[in-house]
Amino acid sequence: MTITDETIDYVAKLAKLELSGEEKESAKKDLSSILNYIDTMNELDTSEMEPMSHVFPIKNVFREDVVVNEADRDNLLSNAPVKKDGCFIVPKTVE
Amino acid sequence: MDITSLTALELGKKIRSGEISVLEATKAQLEILKARDKEYHAYVTIFEEEALSRAKEVQSLIDTGELGDSPLAGVPVAIKDNICTKGNLTTCSSKILNNFKPPYNAEVIERLNRAGAVIIGKVNMDEFAMGSTTETSYYGPTLNPWNTAHVPGGSSGGAAAAVAAEEAFYALGSDTGGSIRQPSAFCGVTGIKPTYGTVSRYGLIAYASSLDQIGPIARDVSDCAAILEVISGHDGKDSTSIHSDNIKYTTALVDDVKGMKIGIPKGYIGKGLDSEVRDGVLKAAKVLESKGAIVEEFDLDIVDYAIPAYYVIASAEASSNLSRYDGVKYGYRTKDFDGLQDVYKKTRSEGFGMEVKRRMMIGAFVLSSGYYDAYYNKALKVKARIKEGFDKAFERYDIILGPTAPTTATRIGESLSDPLKMYLGDIYTVSVNLAGLPAISLPCGVDRNRLPIGLQLIGRPFGEADIIRAAYSYEQTREYARPDLR
Repeated sequence: MTITDETIDYVAKLAKLELSGEEKESAKKDLSSILNYIDTMNELDTSEMEPMSHVFPIKNVFREDVVVNEADRDNLLSNAPVKKDGCFIVPKTVE
Repeated sequence: MDITSLTALELGKKIRSGEISVLEATKAQLEILKARDKEYHAYVTIFEEEALSRAKEVQSLIDTGELGDSPLAGVPVAIKDNICTKGNLTTCSSKILNNFKPPYNAEVIERLNRAGAVIIGKVNMDEFAMGSTTETSYYGPTLNPWNTAHVPGGSSGGAAAAVAAEEAFYALGSDTGGSIRQPSAFCGVTGIKPTYGTVSRYGLIAYASSLDQIGPIARDVSDCAAILEVISGHDGKDSTSIHSDNIKYTTALVDDVKGMKIGIPKGYIGKGLDSEVRDGVLKAAKVLESKGAIVEEFDLDIVDYAIPAYYVIASAEASSNLSRYDGVKYGYRTKDFDGLQDVYKKTRSEGFGMEVKRRMMIGAFVLSSGYYDAYYNKALKVKARIKEGFDKAFERYDIILGPTAPTTATRIGESLSDPLKMYLGDIYTVSVNLAGLPAISLPCGVDRNRLPIGLQLIGRPFGEADIIRAAYSYEQTREYARPDLR
């Protein structure tokens, strides 16, 4: 499979990335060769198989809905790039 | 003999008997690591002050009997930099987390603390654990203590190099597609990737959640078993954590493989494998056979499809897991931007390295509409076939034996230019993660350049005891080989 400029632009948009011209060219080349290799999976007949997300039969893991931690706003905000009055600051998004 | 050349259990014993104090051991370790790390660069962050004050605290807990007979009490440990340590830098070797100090500890850190561990620092890795050489780290590569022109492997390359260079008694790494086992092989140390669900992933910064497991890297099998015993067990904070009764791993340290059935997949010793690695691995199989194991070759061709399936699944999960890095709540934020969308895009483009970007784009592609069935769903079906292949193999064999990697440590710079070539180096390790199985890598000799060769033993689900017993029995037949350290 050959990766076109449009495909690279599309996946970069999905991944929220801005690529330089040089990065785009190398990504096109690398993704093409990696996806071509990945296509070898198609040699294998899997028509009888169900897609397997988890290898062990674990499902519906429930626990009691009990609060075990305390409100810890200062600690949680300690890594914020920009903060004010106990809130994260981001550029204005709604006019 | 230097204190730092002791194994973790040997040091723990001397600490409990009062022969060496925790502070003495911690100071000795810090001194050695600061000197040697100028050359090897295994560490990203050294916790000097914290380690020294923690050493005094642990000593008093030992003196008052509060730590009981905990075998690792007072022993300094290094932690891979993708495992959260409260209030201390946890960078994932990425620019995007270069200032991140987690507000909580990973569950494994809590367990180590309860066992009296002294954490001396965080060790280097491929950025977000994506790579097999530790060269994709934002902080620069770690060098292999056996030969500094070579890589230590990856992604837990800092952890394996630190243990080999005696810059740590043991380390915790993480393994998504071989990231504990392959660097252990390249650095001549021992590492275990446990059965999926054995060790809590709470506080492990996610790469591919359905494959990630934390595990020990140490200088011998006994240390690994003791460490695994401390960090494993059910944790309600990880919904994939499993209740298991088989966690007395040290009871499996028995020098006896009589009657054990060992299978060698023909494909694991066939084309693409370096001849010296093949000889080393087959010699190890002979040793186990001479000790009474029954060794046979068999077909497990299905694993040929493990690498493509792995890169689809791991990249897909990575693209989802790494979408959280947006410059809002923690980590790096770009300086110049025009609106919120621009914050996201610029932060991520400036904060992530090329290998991470590549995998996020592969992931976005295989999950995108129109390609989801052909790639992602297909990979999940291939995974089901691989699991089935291993299930059948374990009807006949107790463990599976093979090499950990197709070559010994590659030269610095060799793999970076060709990502696909680097991915192919994971051929013997990734299928284990896809099938959720436990596996150990331990040294089985060196090649003509005196670079270590890794032997891999794979067990059935929750069959850690089998691989530990076989590894321990093999280890009894040889001396620990140490790199030349200054």
